[in-house]
Amino acid sequence: MSLSLPQTGLPNSSAAPRWRIQARHFSGLSRFASPLVLLVIWEVASRTGLLPAHIIAAPTSIVSTFADMVASGELPRHLWVSLARVAKGLALSITLGTVLALVAGLSRKGELIVDAPLQMLRTLPFLALVPLFILWFGIGEAPKLALITFGTIFPVYLNLYSGIRSIDSKLIEAGISLGLSRSELITHVILPGALPSFLVGLRYALGIGWLSLVVVEQINATEGIGYLVGSARDFMRTDIIVVCLLVYSLLGLLTDALVRLIERHALAWRPSFLRS
Amino acid sequence: MTTTPDFIVPANTITPANQPDTLQPQLAVSARNVVRQFGQRKVLDGLNLDIKAGEFVALLGRSGCGKTTLLRSLVGIDQVSSGTLTMAPQRAAVFQEPRLMLWKRAWRNVALGVRKPNLKQLALDALAEVGLSERAEAWPATLSGGEAQRVALARALVREPQLLLLDEPFAALDALTRIRMHQLILALWQKHKPAVLLVTHDVDEALLLADRILVLADGKVAAEIPNTAARPRHADDPALQRKRRELLGLLGVEEAAPFVASSAEASQPITAHTPPERVAA
Ligand SMILES: Nc1ncnc2c1ncn2[C@@H]1O[C@H](COP(=O)(O)OP(=O)(O)OP(=O)(O)O)[C@@H](O)[C@H]1O
Ligand SMILES: [Mg+2]
Repeated sequence: MSLSLPQTGLPNSSAAPRWRIQARHFSGLSRFASPLVLLVIWEVASRTGLLPAHIIAAPTSIVSTFADMVASGELPRHLWVSLARVAKGLALSITLGTVLALVAGLSRKGELIVDAPLQMLRTLPFLALVPLFILWFGIGEAPKLALITFGTIFPVYLNLYSGIRSIDSKLIEAGISLGLSRSELITHVILPGALPSFLVGLRYALGIGWLSLVVVEQINATEGIGYLVGSARDFMRTDIIVVCLLVYSLLGLLTDALVRLIERHALAWRPSFLRS
Repeated sequence: MTTTPDFIVPANTITPANQPDTLQPQLAVSARNVVRQFGQRKVLDGLNLDIKAGEFVALLGRSGCGKTTLLRSLVGIDQVSSGTLTMAPQRAAVFQEPRLMLWKRAWRNVALGVRKPNLKQLALDALAEVGLSERAEAWPATLSGGEAQRVALARALVREPQLLLLDEPFAALDALTRIRMHQLILALWQKHKPAVLLVTHDVDEALLLADRILVLADGKVAAEIPNTAARPRHADDPALQRKRRELLGLLGVEEAAPFVASSAEASQPITAHTPPERVAA
């Protein structure tokens, strides 16, 4: 009785995938069709003068501006400055955030001293701090780094802190019974155990880092992607603005790929990675 | 730096009471009037216990009677409220769960915290002793329950303990693996001769392995049964069977409990919804 079921099911199940593949092809094409049509309309509107360049540049001119900026080294130079800024800010926030998370995560006193104020500061929209930071740090590199650090420290701290708190206390006991010193406990048990949460925080922090560039590099900057956008605005170069927007979104994509790469290497021990 | 009492990670301190040098050399553990209380509740209440060097002791007792509490104090991850507890300085423990660091390969788990030259070789030797040489580079998440527990055992062995503390280390294993682990433990014990304190719920396990069986009740060692039968031992040995009944009585289990249960089952009336042939099968 049960044998006849798969037999009747066979022709159906072999036919179904073929149909589904065709459907997927079709939907894949239609997915691109609509944006393509829009691009063509946009291009035509620009060429005919319906859409003036000071509103938005034509797609072709954006592409050629992009190529020019890459070839002249202008875009790489500004990109490099921006990357360095985010890297420095992140290095600061990761160091500080890790120390704070360890202090709050490992001792009750530390939790009282560190966690409460940080939870309050967290609610501040950090970009609104720009005026204050300018007053405190001037208009050089310092306020830029400070703002990136301030914006990115919370995801680092919060995730690492919760990661430390959720480590199995039995593992910590095991470490102690194996004779580990406190610093060995931190490097061999606590930080590796909290690494998965930390990487979640890092992903958020990178996103916030790019976001803060937009604002930070408008503060009296002479280099950086944010500066490029600002000066392009002054000269009504909508093509450059769009190129920079594309760069921002590429950075976002790159971040995800980077963090995923780190995860694959650093979390190779995780059951989810081992099975795949 | 002195340890701050508020530290969430418990500090590995040796209280003045358990300084190793006060221990007589032929003893691995000496407990006098040990009290451990949680709030008002005394889990250990005037416990006295000596374990000789090289002696294999099993500890039985009802669930919640304080076996793990005692073991944690002996490991050094918990402290006693009063009394004196002294134990050999070289100690190692294996618990019911292997407690491996998932982010370290098997041999690195074994080597963790060992301060000797030639670490990797020592770890590999210990893994070879538990029959896991070929899994040395494995991630703990890929090990079976029995393998993980053997890594935990290797991690204890590599420290050359004078006192090996085992808290139901075989409880989560299947019956066949457990038998192999018994043989392994015995072989390792006979080779290295640490004092062993084995907490178990399995009376047969205690009878097969230990020189002496303790029953913990009301926070004290309530009974003590020497068990010096020659090894290898067999569970069907009549002398062991007699001790088994004695122990079960001490633990408050009705004598010959399994027999009573099965005869009660057989005398049950056959009800309409249980077909007779299934009962026969
Ligand atoms: N940190 C703690 N705070 C309060 N009570 C505790 C604590 N640790 C253990 N207890 C209590 O002490 C008693 C003894 O616990 P213990 O874990 O030693 O029992 P056990 O004999 O090992 O039991 P089992 O056989 O089930 O493992 C239990 O009633 C438990 O609830
Ligand atoms: Mg227990």
